[in-house]
Amino acid sequence: MRHRSLLVLSIALTGALTVTACGSRGGSKSGGDTSANGITVTIGVDAPLSGQNSATGLGIKYGVQIAADDANKNHTVPGVTFKVDAKDDQAQPTIGQQNATALVGESDVIGVVGPLNSGVAQSMQQVFATANMVEISPSNTNPALTQGPNWAKGDKKRQFPTYFRTATTDALQGAFAAQYASGPAGKKKAFVVDDKQTYGAGLAGIFQDSFTKDGGQVVGTDHVNTGDKDFSALVTKIKSSGADLLYYGGQYDESELITKQLKAAGDNIPLMGGDGMYSQTYITTAGAAAEGDLVTSVGVPMSSLDTAKNFISEYKAAGYAGDYDTYGGYSYDAATAIIKAVGQVVGKNNGKLPSDARAQVVQGVQSADFDGIAGHISFDQYGDTTNKQLTVYQVKSGQWAAVKTGTYTG
Amino acid sequence: MHTLPQQLANGLFLGATYGLIAIGYTMVYGIVQLINFAHGEIFMTGGFGALTVYLALPHGTSLWLALPLMLIGGAITAVLIALGAERFAYRPLRTAPRLAPLIAAIGLSLGLQQAVHNLYPKATSPRAFPQMQAGPWNVGSIHIQSGDLFTIVAAPICMIILAVFVQKSRTGRAMQATAQDPDTAQLMGIDTNRIIAAAFAIGALFAAVAAVCYGLRYGEVDYSMGFQAGLKAFTAAVLGGIGNIYGAMLGGLVLGLAEAMATAYISDIPGMHQLGGGSWASVWAFVLLILVLLLRPQGLLGERVADRA
Repeated sequence: MRHRSLLVLSIALTGALTVTACGSRGGSKSGGDTSANGITVTIGVDAPLSGQNSATGLGIKYGVQIAADDANKNHTVPGVTFKVDAKDDQAQPTIGQQNATALVGESDVIGVVGPLNSGVAQSMQQVFATANMVEISPSNTNPALTQGPNWAKGDKKRQFPTYFRTATTDALQGAFAAQYASGPAGKKKAFVVDDKQTYGAGLAGIFQDSFTKDGGQVVGTDHVNTGDKDFSALVTKIKSSGADLLYYGGQYDESELITKQLKAAGDNIPLMGGDGMYSQTYITTAGAAAEGDLVTSVGVPMSSLDTAKNFISEYKAAGYAGDYDTYGGYSYDAATAIIKAVGQVVGKNNGKLPSDARAQVVQGVQSADFDGIAGHISFDQYGDTTNKQLTVYQVKSGQWAAVKTGTYTG
Repeated sequence: MHTLPQQLANGLFLGATYGLIAIGYTMVYGIVQLINFAHGEIFMTGGFGALTVYLALPHGTSLWLALPLMLIGGAITAVLIALGAERFAYRPLRTAPRLAPLIAAIGLSLGLQQAVHNLYPKATSPRAFPQMQAGPWNVGSIHIQSGDLFTIVAAPICMIILAVFVQKSRTGRAMQATAQDPDTAQLMGIDTNRIIAAAFAIGALFAAVAAVCYGLRYGEVDYSMGFQAGLKAFTAAVLGGIGNIYGAMLGGLVLGLAEAMATAYISDIPGMHQLGGGSWASVWAFVLLILVLLLRPQGLLGERVADRA
């Protein structure tokens, strides 16, 4: 009896783990290529729309939605109507790959904007490359995605011809952060924590190297799991290390709790992070504890851009959920790059989609060269953006305030 | 090592929450030999019940006033859901093969998560939980926050009440009898259906208290919080000896302490740097579980059949 119940118990436990880890929702819709008004083309979106990272993920979805609505309204591509099909990857690589396969299988999908997470991108790149379909991420910053695993040694090699991104890389972001921390912020001793994900661990590693190079000292390192809530033991460690800055490589979901628990434990050092943390949700959740915390993010502040004013007012007027500040503008521009490429392809083919439309759109995006709402859009030989602007933001009176904008200079 | 008292305290606060949830696993297992995998979600609904009460109160109500009402609201929600689960999911399956109620529990767990995710307003991302504007206090070198204080006061009170209830009250003794031998207990005139429902209700009650502790400590509740917390609490129940209520609390405390110690000190051991820190805390907790189960398969306090309830 005892053995049987133990067996049942272990089966159930494994079952519970597997079922919960693999849950996916949403099915695939497939639609016709042509409608009464001409051609309908779908732009796919893949981002976390529920659970972890969903605030910034929704910003990507609605950024693309607004780009498609604007293109339809302005008849950017005559005779072509754009639709958006957004899939939820829950920030999980496995679900991202399923979504990629589903998007590739839908004949009317011409290109995809997303995903949010570098780790999810790794699982999707090959699927899109095989299907010769363009994928533009507004937010992936891990250098290896475009330049290969040996980028740090100078051995850069393009990984996938179909993969592009409008965000600059962590090679610049981490170094830019370290320069600000050791320079204007005057920090000497940093404690570095990451979430072991492709993005977080990569960024934290680059920060650590650059901070040491800039004359700072790393007094401790640690790793957390995504989804953790209790950081009390970690916070005690940080406090006793005597660090004057906590650098966190990861998303806002964990860092907002870490900063709160850190300040509650009586350690008033700022937490600094990357673009994954640049979200209004971070401040809302952490409350007063967020005051003085720093992030670096890609691009220039949306609110400072005249070109983004329409976008912001449309986003607000539609009452869309999520945070558009982080990647909303870049998502709009990524979708616009696809829309413009479709325009070229259709224009060359007498107003019809050619049979190899997906492949031609990839070439169109590679040669994209236009001013988007969040900055200039064009891509280099690796698929990286040529726009290398970065901004340091600090929480001041419960708002992210830009304190320094520029490009990283060694 | 000067951080040791603080790290021990961190472990105790964390472990007390695990222990409170573990009571629910152990009570139900003790009486019907069912691992109620939906218990983590019952814990979660307790948190949302308490949050709902707070949101319903006039804006700006002092938390000292609101807290008792939130506890009652959370408890009512959790108990009703637990009783509903028992009545409509587990009772019809009581004579079915063992696997059937287990699968039902897993289904219920997913169902409850998705129900809260889809139906509770704005629950797709974490909802902020009110915070006590008091403290922190320093006791020696230990820094105690208001949420921790609530946990460290609530957990022992709950345990004492439970111990007295199980040992002294009629229902409590009927529970012990049912745990020992349900058929004979029924022949002796004990309404076993009522006793089983009571075990679910008590477990849910404790889970609701734990959920309020969780909310106060971390400042948020979310639809998926029951999964990890439930898994840890289940581990705590097995560690302490499943079926034993004192074991559940002890298992919780041991697990919490193990996690805090692993986070704090393992990476300082020469050569172990890569294997320490926050991300390895759960690994070490499970290593401890395996070691305990190898040496004492019945768990730390297991097999005290007379006290099982």
